[in-house]
Amino acid sequence: MELLMASGIAVLSGSGIYLLLRPRTFDTILGLTLLSYAVNLFIFSMGRLTVGRAPIVEAGGSGYADPLPQALVLTAIVISFAMTALLLVLAVRAKAASGSDDVDGGEPPAGGGAR
Amino acid sequence: MPGALLVLVLAPFAGALVLGCLSQVMATSTPQGRLRHSAWIAGTAALIAAFAFALLAPSVFDGEVQRLRWEWLPALGVGFGLRMDGLALMFAGLILGIGLLVVLYARWYLSPQERTPRFFALLLAFMGAMLGIALSDNLILLAIFWELTSLTSFLLIGFWQHRADAREGARMALTVTGTGGLALLAGVLLLGWIAGGWDLDTVLAAGDRVRAHALYPVCLLLILAGAFTKSAQFPVHFWLPHAMAAPTPVSAYLHSATMVKAGLFLMARLYPTLSGTDLWFYTVTGVGAATLLTGAWHAIFQHDLKGLLAYSTISHLGLITMLFGLDSPMAAVAAVFHLLNHATFKASLFMAAGIIDHETGTRDMRRINGLRKWMPVTATLAIVASAAMAGVPLLNGFLSKEMFLAETLAVEGHRAVRFLVPAAAALATALSVAYSVRFIHDVFFNGEPVNLPRTPHEPPHWMRVPVELLVVLCLLVGLLPSLTVGPLLALASRDVLGGTLPEYSLAIWHGFNAPLAFSLFALAGGTGLYFWLARHRSLHEVADDVGAGKRGFERTIAALLAAARAVTATLEGGGARRTLLLAVGVAVAAGALPWMLGASPFAGLQRDALGEISPGLTAVWAVGAAATLGTVAFAGQRLVALVAVGAVGLVVSLAFVWFGAPDLALTQLLVEVATTLLMMLSLRYLPPESPREPDDRRKLRDAALAAVAGIGLGAIAWAVMVRPFDASIAPWFIERTVSEGGGTNAVNVIIVDFRGLDTFGEMTVMLVAGLVIHALIARIALPAVSGPERATGAPGERRHPLMFATLARALLPFALLVAVYFLLRGHNLPGGGFVAGLLAAIALLMQAVAAGPAAGRPGSDPAALVARRLDRLHLTLGAGLLIACLSGLGSWLFGYPFLTSTFGHPVLPWVGELPLASAAAFDFGVFLVVVGATVLALTGIGRLARRER
Amino acid sequence: MNHAAIVPIVLPALAAALMLIDRRIASQRLLAWVSTLLLAASGAWLVTLAADGWRGVYLAGNWAAPYGIVLVADRLSALMVGLTALLAVVALGAAHKRWDTRGEHFHPLLQVQLMGLNGAFLTGDLFNLFVFFEVLLIASYGLLVHGDGRPRIAAGLRFVTLNLFGSALFLVAASLLYGVTGTLNFADLAARMPALAGGDATLARAGAWMLLTVFCLKAAILPLYLWLPGTYSAASPPVAALFAVMTKVGLYAVLRVFTMVFGAGAGALANAAFPWIAGLAAAGYLLAMLGALAGADLRRLASMLLIGSAGFLLIGVGLGTERSIAAAVFYLPHTTLSAAALYLVADLVARGRGEAADRLRPGPAPLRPAAVGLLFFATAVAVAGLPPLGGFIGKAMLLAAMLPDTGSPAASVGVMWAVVLGGSLFALIALARAGSVLFWKSEAAPVPGAPAPSVRELLPCLLALAAVVAITVFAAPMQRYAQATAAQLLAPEALVDQVLRTVPRAGPHQSRPESFR
Repeated sequence: MELLMASGIAVLSGSGIYLLLRPRTFDTILGLTLLSYAVNLFIFSMGRLTVGRAPIVEAGGSGYADPLPQALVLTAIVISFAMTALLLVLAVRAKAASGSDDVDGGEPPAGGGAR
Repeated sequence: MPGALLVLVLAPFAGALVLGCLSQVMATSTPQGRLRHSAWIAGTAALIAAFAFALLAPSVFDGEVQRLRWEWLPALGVGFGLRMDGLALMFAGLILGIGLLVVLYARWYLSPQERTPRFFALLLAFMGAMLGIALSDNLILLAIFWELTSLTSFLLIGFWQHRADAREGARMALTVTGTGGLALLAGVLLLGWIAGGWDLDTVLAAGDRVRAHALYPVCLLLILAGAFTKSAQFPVHFWLPHAMAAPTPVSAYLHSATMVKAGLFLMARLYPTLSGTDLWFYTVTGVGAATLLTGAWHAIFQHDLKGLLAYSTISHLGLITMLFGLDSPMAAVAAVFHLLNHATFKASLFMAAGIIDHETGTRDMRRINGLRKWMPVTATLAIVASAAMAGVPLLNGFLSKEMFLAETLAVEGHRAVRFLVPAAAALATALSVAYSVRFIHDVFFNGEPVNLPRTPHEPPHWMRVPVELLVVLCLLVGLLPSLTVGPLLALASRDVLGGTLPEYSLAIWHGFNAPLAFSLFALAGGTGLYFWLARHRSLHEVADDVGAGKRGFERTIAALLAAARAVTATLEGGGARRTLLLAVGVAVAAGALPWMLGASPFAGLQRDALGEISPGLTAVWAVGAAATLGTVAFAGQRLVALVAVGAVGLVVSLAFVWFGAPDLALTQLLVEVATTLLMMLSLRYLPPESPREPDDRRKLRDAALAAVAGIGLGAIAWAVMVRPFDASIAPWFIERTVSEGGGTNAVNVIIVDFRGLDTFGEMTVMLVAGLVIHALIARIALPAVSGPERATGAPGERRHPLMFATLARALLPFALLVAVYFLLRGHNLPGGGFVAGLLAAIALLMQAVAAGPAAGRPGSDPAALVARRLDRLHLTLGAGLLIACLSGLGSWLFGYPFLTSTFGHPVLPWVGELPLASAAAFDFGVFLVVVGATVLALTGIGRLARRER
Repeated sequence: MNHAAIVPIVLPALAAALMLIDRRIASQRLLAWVSTLLLAASGAWLVTLAADGWRGVYLAGNWAAPYGIVLVADRLSALMVGLTALLAVVALGAAHKRWDTRGEHFHPLLQVQLMGLNGAFLTGDLFNLFVFFEVLLIASYGLLVHGDGRPRIAAGLRFVTLNLFGSALFLVAASLLYGVTGTLNFADLAARMPALAGGDATLARAGAWMLLTVFCLKAAILPLYLWLPGTYSAASPPVAALFAVMTKVGLYAVLRVFTMVFGAGAGALANAAFPWIAGLAAAGYLLAMLGALAGADLRRLASMLLIGSAGFLLIGVGLGTERSIAAAVFYLPHTTLSAAALYLVADLVARGRGEAADRLRPGPAPLRPAAVGLLFFATAVAVAGLPPLGGFIGKAMLLAAMLPDTGSPAASVGVMWAVVLGGSLFALIALARAGSVLFWKSEAAPVPGAPAPSVRELLPCLLALAAVVAITVFAAPMQRYAQATAAQLLAPEALVDQVLRTVPRAGPHQSRPESFR
């Protein structure tokens, strides 16, 4: 099952990075979403895999899954949710401002900047 | 009297400061008054410095060395050290004397309409910097003052900023001397490193070690580069004539008497340490000679008065450099002597030129002729001064030039050297006679003036006084050298030579010897040359092309700029994608290289790398992979892609359930829903489809990179998962979660207690996200992508059947109840602030989407309600964060660190045992923030949905 | 119980919370000033504490390292916190009643940004560093797009996308290191590093280098700096001025992690980043200075010089000797402050130049040419590292640091010297050009109606410059501090020991709930 997990991470992150490199904002956002799935699984897997032993402690229980990576993933999920939301809105605003949804916001890459 | 030293250096700076501060005040007074006052302030400052100088001089003449030291950077051996020995005294005296005269002169030269306070302030600042060079006891400090003179000279040359030539001249001077300054810095650092310290005494004492050191050549050449650029030596002499765009007082002060002498002073200062090697001899003599000849030659063909003087200055600087290069004690004495003499006659000549310019309105020697009739006094003065420049007997120039010739004749070494050096000297002397004669003849004789802008007349008396004084000095030194300049010369030269003076006599008559013969030949030949040129080569028509240096400089700068632009453009051309691509590439490299460099992580692992494969999991895996690839494939059609991503998310949370992470599964699920909602809402404003990319090569490249990255990450994950994990800190949490964390759900206890600070930051992120999103949409109305596109996708009217709306609304209270339940039990079972918060938020947002654009009726639309209560939402956010902070700070009262939690365990009906850990309060803060932020963010878009109707 | 280490994190958070409860701009301003000035005070307090060798280890939540999160306040952290606070005062002054009304939530965002920065400088835990990076980033997104305008949105879009990738990479690296070593605490990581060998070492190195990539991305180091010019040039001047310290966060992280965790004592991973990274830094420095020459407007020039300074600092860090690191630490505050000042000057210059704004082409004259011109000149001298201001000393320190104590220096030293001095020359040329075009080559009077910058509006810039001058005058204590900081960084064993030995205060965790007896 380690192999399954690893290959899953591979597929997710590969697809994510490919989409991240697309020229359209929405595609990059999709890519980042996939990438964050991959990363979350990766973090999780760093605590090694145990089946069905949630770290809810009962008296005398043992062999629990590693709770620390889970906590980290929890934090990571929420942060990436916040970031994705922000990015979406930015994309919408950029589209409205420039009429284009390309990743440069319709700006010349090496532009002077605004006042 | 070390205090006097400080006064000597600081007085000019203080004066500059005063002028700077008063300039505002003086702005009100009349231009005339402003000019007068500024001049007076400047004069006073200079006089104070001069007074301090006078206090110090006697003791120095008695052979003392005056010192003052203030430790500035002891660790690096850089002290603010001042030191006045003979050489320093000589140079400082020069700077002060000429400085005073220039202030007096400038007061009459400048028009009151100019920004006179600024001018005098800069002049004083420059004077201070120069004095710093003369007196600094530490090479680093010297380098600092050195750069200061470059900066002030930049501002002074550009004083008439409206003139293009002034701006260009200023930039050219700064660039050239600045480059030299950097070279000097490097050289000085190296020198100090070799000598074992940057204090002058250390360096002067370390001569032998320095000359023997392997890096001596580098060090010497770097320092010389600094000196040569400053003293306008060939081939970088070209900046000096262009610096003449400055007001004439500046030219007289900076660019003939003092700043351009700084390079020579440096050579004199370090003479005991650096001189005495072949490298020194050939470099310095060679460069000096080249400068001497080029300057003298071009001087003849200038039609601009100041141009002629500029090139003659270059030539004389070359002469002095050459003398230092000759590397004999006598030559050094001669160098110091000529340095003084040149300063006197050349400064007076510049001032005279300024007067002429002032009174005739032009500096073109082809037009100003026969001025002796109009301004006889000035004429006499100028003629005497230029005679000194030509080296006519009975004038100071003659004496030092004799010594110069004598030294060139006495030079030893290879035959070629023995011939070339004197030959160059003789030729240059003749040329200098030629341009001096031209100056005299063209300006004061040679018929009548040609349509001058103004009718010339004598200048105001005080404007001429400085010239008079200097010319008298020329005469006195010329007639009674040993009585006048003798002691000073001896004093200064002794320090240059490091203590021992050669035998010499400063007499006018040494009998009829070779140098005298040379002089006479030069006088005759030079005069002849000029008149021959004037008669037969119609000198006035000759257009001497001296632009080569300037053009070269400008070409270099232009090339540099072009290169810079090209490089930058190519780097930044790619835009966001290039940046991302680079980042990904570097990341992949960073992750992959160790595998190639180090041992394989799979080596020697006992555990079965495959692990057991359960069919169920495999099936789930297949679905996930399919959905993922589907997302990529259908990224074009946004809605399809959205569904696919949702599927992936579900699979991921399934995986979490499978591997024993219910909290993650729950959170993932809720986040999934929220994100999808967000994307659906925002899809109304983005094109539902993206055009196909034309560039397949690019896609291929990206795909390859992505594949490598994915496989790499997978491999790393696999390698880690299959290795034993004994050293982890994880068990500690399992052991403590109940006993010390007061909760059975280890994950939640970690979140709110063991690693509470993470959560504290995390909730802040959430909060800010809400704020920013709100700020981004608060003020604008977006045009939705309208028309047929709407049909294809975004949640439009038709997608909001009333039933869904009512259902959603009916569900709201229940959902909220569940949320509270999750919040309360989180410490022991899956749940907690985030889950609860997201649940509540989503429940609210369901309304937003459900109601959507359809429900316009006021009050019927929770989203609208929420929207109208946005302040309340900010309140929620603030309160949440506040509660978190306070629950963390509470522990301070009991003397415990931030976020220390404690708990008791009341039991509630059917919620079960309720761990009232103080962490719960913290968790509640989290809950509030999550609700507030999420709702704030999404209602923002919800509002857009309504606004655009 | 000394709470000095947590104050710089909690204080701004508290202020932000209150600002959301009372959202009237006046009270937000008041809160902002109170909080920021208190921050400055606490920063000064930390610095004075650290100056006499005090090292604060703060167990957040009263949990022992490595299990809980520790905050560590040593010389470097204290310096960074103090610098940040000073810069915050400058930025706040520049925004006061001008920029803070051009959009929503300026003040809370600023406070959160400060919280994030201070957290990053103080934390002693890898994952917690990630969290605080995110805090300061999301705040910076908000500040960047503050005041709106299409270029800001576009810049924000690029900036956020790139940083989201960076965050993902950070997570991978951090969790990978956990997966290999089983811990996240810097000190504990440092303690466990030497034991790693073979495959473990390989994986750990991969993690280390990915971390380095993230940090270099934040610090804008070649080839990962392309995001900066567009972003910072688009930001409103006060924000850009504050951002001057953001690149230093990445630099700080490199300095912290790669001396403490992957330092000389890290066994198989000893000096995982040194000294080869210095070469990269030098190349980046030179390219940035070329970029400065090519800069089309003053803010872009400033951005390029900022990148250059990051490169310069990383040269010092990368060489990894005590003297070179000391030089970098000495140069850091100077360069940060003067870069900030340049952004502010650009804003002042642009007034009255109408369309031309701060573009380097002839146009209307700036308002208050005398005062603004003087400010520009002083700032230019500072950023170019010319004497007499402190940058010159820092430069000299770094050059001197490259010379060996005995024997002849290697050829590479010559190259480095050429790079450093050549770069300074480029800066000099670029700034001379800019100055003469903006102030001397003015074609017309200032555009009518533009408000001349009041004295109050000159103050923030003046404050930054005053600090620069102070650094110059008090170079000796500053240099001693820098030297001691470098020494402290290169001998982390003491710190590691102190962190791992600090015991939580006996207390609340002892009571056991009945139901589990």
